[in-house]
Amino acid sequence: MLEALQFSSISEFFQMGGYAFNVWAVYALFVLFFSVNLYFPRIRKKQIIRELKRRLIINEGASKSENNSDEPGNLSDPIGDTSETSQT
Amino acid sequence: MWQWFFRLGSPKWFYELSGKWLPWLVAAMCLLLLTGIPWALLFVPADYQQGNTIRIMYIHVPFASISLAFFPLMAVAGTITLVWRMKLADMVAKTAAPLGAWFTALALISGSIWGSDIWGTWWIWDGRLTSMLLQFFLLVGVISLRSALEDTDAAAKACAVLSIVGCINVFVIKYSVDWWNTLHQPSSSIGLAGESANGPEIWVPLVIMIVAVYLFFVVSLILSTRNEILQRERRSNWVQELLGST
Repeated sequence: MLEALQFSSISEFFQMGGYAFNVWAVYALFVLFFSVNLYFPRIRKKQIIRELKRRLIINEGASKSENNSDEPGNLSDPIGDTSETSQT
Repeated sequence: MWQWFFRLGSPKWFYELSGKWLPWLVAAMCLLLLTGIPWALLFVPADYQQGNTIRIMYIHVPFASISLAFFPLMAVAGTITLVWRMKLADMVAKTAAPLGAWFTALALISGSIWGSDIWGTWWIWDGRLTSMLLQFFLLVGVISLRSALEDTDAAAKACAVLSIVGCINVFVIKYSVDWWNTLHQPSSSIGLAGESANGPEIWVPLVIMIVAVYLFFVVSLILSTRNEILQRERRSNWVQELLGST
């Protein structure tokens, strides 16, 4: 396989017969594009899960405080016994 | 027979299935890239006219050919959204647009860098280059349209229509090199069984890179669509359970 190598030295490989900028710029862009497009969806997923969990906690907290106002003796209730309806 | 088609419309089903397939797709993609890129850089013989810039072909051609798939994908997804009102189809259409813009941009930039020395110009209003640039602007247009419309349904419908219209440009891109005799070279015949203008040491790594970049397109699309599913389906039970377990 080594005899099929098109370059006889590493410096020749990097120089690409004078076209070093052209070839390496394109391959560098490819590596950049590849990394960005695989990395950012993962970051975004973590962001989404964090945000959704935060909202879940807020919603649970809100629904708990709604439930609490039904219990007797709560400060938000009017003064007096609310368990019996007064008949006029 | 239609059962699988309607199952396909379930975001939960897609999320679970894609989660199972993803590691295999990523593994296959990495394997092909690790084969194709060293082959392209080290073993492909230099072209007698273009020298070592021929190695750019192994990035430019896969991205350029796969970038043609985006408008048809978005058009099909858009049609399914319009006709069968499957939200999963709209999610795929939404995530495909930015990815398509990236692919088209990379195809244009890599081609431009290649042509800068070989053609002696960074840009020319050639049939293929112009229609590819138009595709890039159309994709940016689809992205802008999607974010401009607040109502999800209206955005889905508008983008579906624009995607269907944008498919006309794909024909122009593909046949431009046959219709007009301008700078970009015509497609070379890649006949697997018969004779080819290029030997297998040229086209085999090209096929490997095309499949590798295609897998990359599929993996990126799946990753972004999964995020979109989590966001849109956040109120459903299965997402709530998923959040609880992570």
